[in-house]
Amino acid sequence: MAIKCGIFKTSYRSDMAMWQTKNSRFWMALFFIGLIVFPFFVSKYFLYMANIIAIGVIAAVGLNILTGFAGQISLGHGAFIGVGAYFAGYLTSQFNINFIPAFIAGGLVTAVVGMFFGLPSLRLKGFYLAIATMAAQFILAFVFIHLRSVTGGSQGMIVSPPEIAGFSFDSDFRYYFLSIGTAIVMTLAAKNLIRGKFGRAFMAIRDNYIAAKTMGVNIFLYKIIAFGISSFYAGIAGALWAHYIQIITPEHFTFSVSIEYLAIIIIGGLGSLLGTVFGTIFIMVLPEFLRFINGIVSLHYPMLVNMFDAIREGSFGLAIIGFLIFEPDGLAARWKTIKNYWKLWPYSY
Amino acid sequence: MNYFIQLIVSGVVLGSIYALIALGFVLIYKATRVLNFAQGELLMAGAYIAFALTVQLHIPFWSAFFIAMLLCALLGLIIEILILKPLIGEPIISIVMITIGLSIVLKAIVEMIWGTETRVYPAIFSTQPITLGAISVSKSSLFSLGAAITLFIIFHLFFKFSSTGIAMRAVADDQQAAQSMGINIKKIFAISWMVAALVAGIGGILIGNMNGINVSLGMFGLKVFPAVILGGLDSVPGAIIGGITIGVLESLSGGYLDPLVGGGVKMVAPFAILLVILLIKPYGLFGTEEIEKV
Repeated sequence: MAIKCGIFKTSYRSDMAMWQTKNSRFWMALFFIGLIVFPFFVSKYFLYMANIIAIGVIAAVGLNILTGFAGQISLGHGAFIGVGAYFAGYLTSQFNINFIPAFIAGGLVTAVVGMFFGLPSLRLKGFYLAIATMAAQFILAFVFIHLRSVTGGSQGMIVSPPEIAGFSFDSDFRYYFLSIGTAIVMTLAAKNLIRGKFGRAFMAIRDNYIAAKTMGVNIFLYKIIAFGISSFYAGIAGALWAHYIQIITPEHFTFSVSIEYLAIIIIGGLGSLLGTVFGTIFIMVLPEFLRFINGIVSLHYPMLVNMFDAIREGSFGLAIIGFLIFEPDGLAARWKTIKNYWKLWPYSY
Repeated sequence: MNYFIQLIVSGVVLGSIYALIALGFVLIYKATRVLNFAQGELLMAGAYIAFALTVQLHIPFWSAFFIAMLLCALLGLIIEILILKPLIGEPIISIVMITIGLSIVLKAIVEMIWGTETRVYPAIFSTQPITLGAISVSKSSLFSLGAAITLFIIFHLFFKFSSTGIAMRAVADDQQAAQSMGINIKKIFAISWMVAALVAGIGGILIGNMNGINVSLGMFGLKVFPAVILGGLDSVPGAIIGGITIGVLESLSGGYLDPLVGGGVKMVAPFAILLVILLIKPYGLFGTEEIEKV
């Protein structure tokens, strides 16, 4: 077998291709087949994990478009997810609207809300913008609690499982196909978006907004579009989440959820879709892993059981700090290093 | 009318504590360009350290107070060395996230050691409120207000006359110029964090004296953001004015609007006003406008 020493492109088509080599196409195909086969062999618990990871990936991809590609910090992503969840839930539970239109409406309404709260980004940058989006988080959280006629306040809103053309997605197994399918479509859409005109404009704004402006990029328009797209993703994720867990309360969309999503894209890698997936898996699996370890260790040290919440929170914080100090480019960069190592193995020097 | 004045007074007392915490934010931001999301948790750490010294180790209040201040400053120094130093020159998102990570870790540590229930300080002041006309103020509130004012005067003098204070202002103004004048910037960074942690610790002890302490004390840090932004991130007088304004606003909106909508306005009103102010004045009321070049 010949050892590959480089990737040579001979047409623009191959240069712009989403998966550039036969190898990566092969692995992607294998990965998709794996995703389809996976639910037939695992227990309900793993299906549940797969579902929340798929929904998390959608929301995190949205945040990464805004923060990783367009360079605008948002501390209000959790609340935007909530807008989508409540709106879609309200439509299906109160007006018996079909799932698909409600689901898309949830995304669109969230996009509008996101664009509204993105308006300050016209004049604000950096820390000031971060705080403005934090204000959005607290204002929306207030609305979730106090707009009782729509959201049900702190008692929550009950949503029935979605039904598409008479087929009800009422179990973890069935929902898996809905959530993973949406996640794949949304991630591929994002991949396509960022290699096109929008993505280039976003990255230009992120890297140097004055230079971007000089080059003729309409900064305000693209910032608002970035907020809109990001919130659309959040809304779609919210709508899926609402119909999956079937009872939504304001506690699902707090400031700490916003932080969790920021942690996901930091740990995964800013401006990397693959990293977003890794980051989501990492953050969603971390508490489960800790619970497992804690279960074993607490047989010998029973006092640990009471401290579990603190341990979980603490490790979450430590993960953020650790990644920022030791691997600022996230798991995506680590993945690249490992891949490059194996590519030329065993002559990797 | 009496109700109104009462609300104003309690707002000013609360606002003076906000101003104190805001001062910590501004100190760090001015010198190091780091917005510290963990300021509220530093406050909580200070409150718990003082609690451990007075209640668990039975050290008399005033000596415990000074030991706690020392420990807070030490904590600030450790944080600066371990966590902030590796991040010099990183983008804003990294700095936001690392201080958020720090706040989560600090909270978890406090929770592991002291648990989640509310702890109460031994009463230092009599609970008998002082009445001035129709308004009554508790002694601990008055003490907080007094302490806050004293600290502001001390800080004002510190920045104006001490060589460290002047060096800190120089670093805030222009790091390169300051360095070329022979100022040790690393030392100034460390000092800023120590002083900020110390101020936060004092804030924590003051709040602990009024309301008792628990792990949600860190929320104060988030509530202070509107105050800092209102005044402008890098303005000391702005921190004071912003803090007191937000305190009064919170108290008024809590007093008049909460009964109408069923609570919660207190938390959200400062943020709503913050958004409006940012749209009109993007760098707050007294913040320096940043002029950027390619």
